[in-house]
Amino acid sequence: MSLAKRIIPCLDVDDGRVVKGVQFVDIRDAGDPVEIAKRYDEQGADEITFLDITATAHERDTMVHVVEEVASQVFIPLTVGGGIRSIEDIRTMLNAGADKVAINSAAIFNPGFVKDACDAFGSQCIVVAIDAKKVSQEGEPNKWEIFTHGGRKETGIDAVEWAQKMQELGAGELLVTSMDRDGTKIGFDIELTRTICDSVKIPVIASGGVGELSHLSQGITEGHAEAVLAASIFHFGQFTIKEAKQAMQADGIEVRL
Amino acid sequence: MSQRLVAVVDYGMGNLRSVSKAAEHAADTNTKIIVTSHPNEIEEADAIIFPGQGAAKACMKALLDTGMIHPIQKAAKEKPFLGICMGLQVLMSHSDENDGVDCLDVIKGNVKHFDLDANPELKVPHMGWNQIHQTNEHPLWHNIPQDSRFYFVHSYYVQPENTDYVAGLTTHGETFASALSTKNLFAIQAHPEKSAEHGIQLFKNFLQWNGQ
Repeated sequence: MSLAKRIIPCLDVDDGRVVKGVQFVDIRDAGDPVEIAKRYDEQGADEITFLDITATAHERDTMVHVVEEVASQVFIPLTVGGGIRSIEDIRTMLNAGADKVAINSAAIFNPGFVKDACDAFGSQCIVVAIDAKKVSQEGEPNKWEIFTHGGRKETGIDAVEWAQKMQELGAGELLVTSMDRDGTKIGFDIELTRTICDSVKIPVIASGGVGELSHLSQGITEGHAEAVLAASIFHFGQFTIKEAKQAMQADGIEVRL
Repeated sequence: MSQRLVAVVDYGMGNLRSVSKAAEHAADTNTKIIVTSHPNEIEEADAIIFPGQGAAKACMKALLDTGMIHPIQKAAKEKPFLGICMGLQVLMSHSDENDGVDCLDVIKGNVKHFDLDANPELKVPHMGWNQIHQTNEHPLWHNIPQDSRFYFVHSYYVQPENTDYVAGLTTHGETFASALSTKNLFAIQAHPEKSAEHGIQLFKNFLQWNGQ
């Protein structure tokens, strides 16, 4: 008996509705976040992540209500990401019922923010989201860099070094998304996932590219991730979380069923 | 029968909303859940839920600043008492966290970090759903199957001097005490408020428990 590998459905939320864009462009409406969260809880989701994809001030209030509503009905861990820029933003989300927040671009503008956040609330609730793109050419050693603004803006920061730095600053977990794979449905960037997982002590969630159930197992067995995150394969009823866990169990992975 | 008052202790270091919402979800109409930072309400309550998150040093400081140390030590000896996560760890004598912190000393023993030298592959924090092997027939385990999974997130674990207090064991690299029980006290390293149906069942069991 040991720790189960986790499946985390991700709900991209825009103005109180769940959406999922293909590489953040073609956005389709997949419904009400509270109903979807309840459905995933019933199916056995290990956690749920909400990503506020626009994160304007008005959006923030909408998101707080969504989290409050979900947290009073769904008793599994909830993570909120998107536009988390200040200690006050974190406090607001935790008070609304979130268990963790995912910090992304605010960490890049000010890495000290991650340390301040961990000191204030504890590492257990601070997830750093890393959006990485491969920058090495065919035949060169692998190299990935951090991109912001939905993968459009390069920062020149090495993704693996960044992951280690975030661990040093106190992050409790990393959410690693391949911007090359996000929305493609061809599977995780396994080399990216494995390189980061093997270079840190903290748990890593693999994200970006899941299109079929075998991809989830690959993230664990080949990518060495502790958890896998997916959105569209669950939102449109293509697979249930339970089916995904059964497939992982059949691949010899310990899951909570 | 008068309403039973259950106090969730607020000393500024807990995921209070999650805990109180889960307890409310588990409560029947005869039970009133309050969130309080007043020692006299702790004194009046029929049962106490003591959550906690963050670092040991910050938790002890928050308990000191809110005048909660004595009321908690007293309640932990007198009435049905449920410690959760850091609310388990600070009940011990001492924690190795933050270069060493003296804690509430309700249960003799130490709090130590997962041994990364012995287990270089181990991921810490221990984060996610792991099994609890129930080592006694405590009323709080009622209707919770043996080896059920609960949600954990922590880097330190408790080592009670008296192993008779161990109510549950969990393995993450090493096997550690994930639940302790004394006569009127039950404390758990996992987060029942985030452990879906088994967690809600544990709250139900606690709310019906007379502390015997």
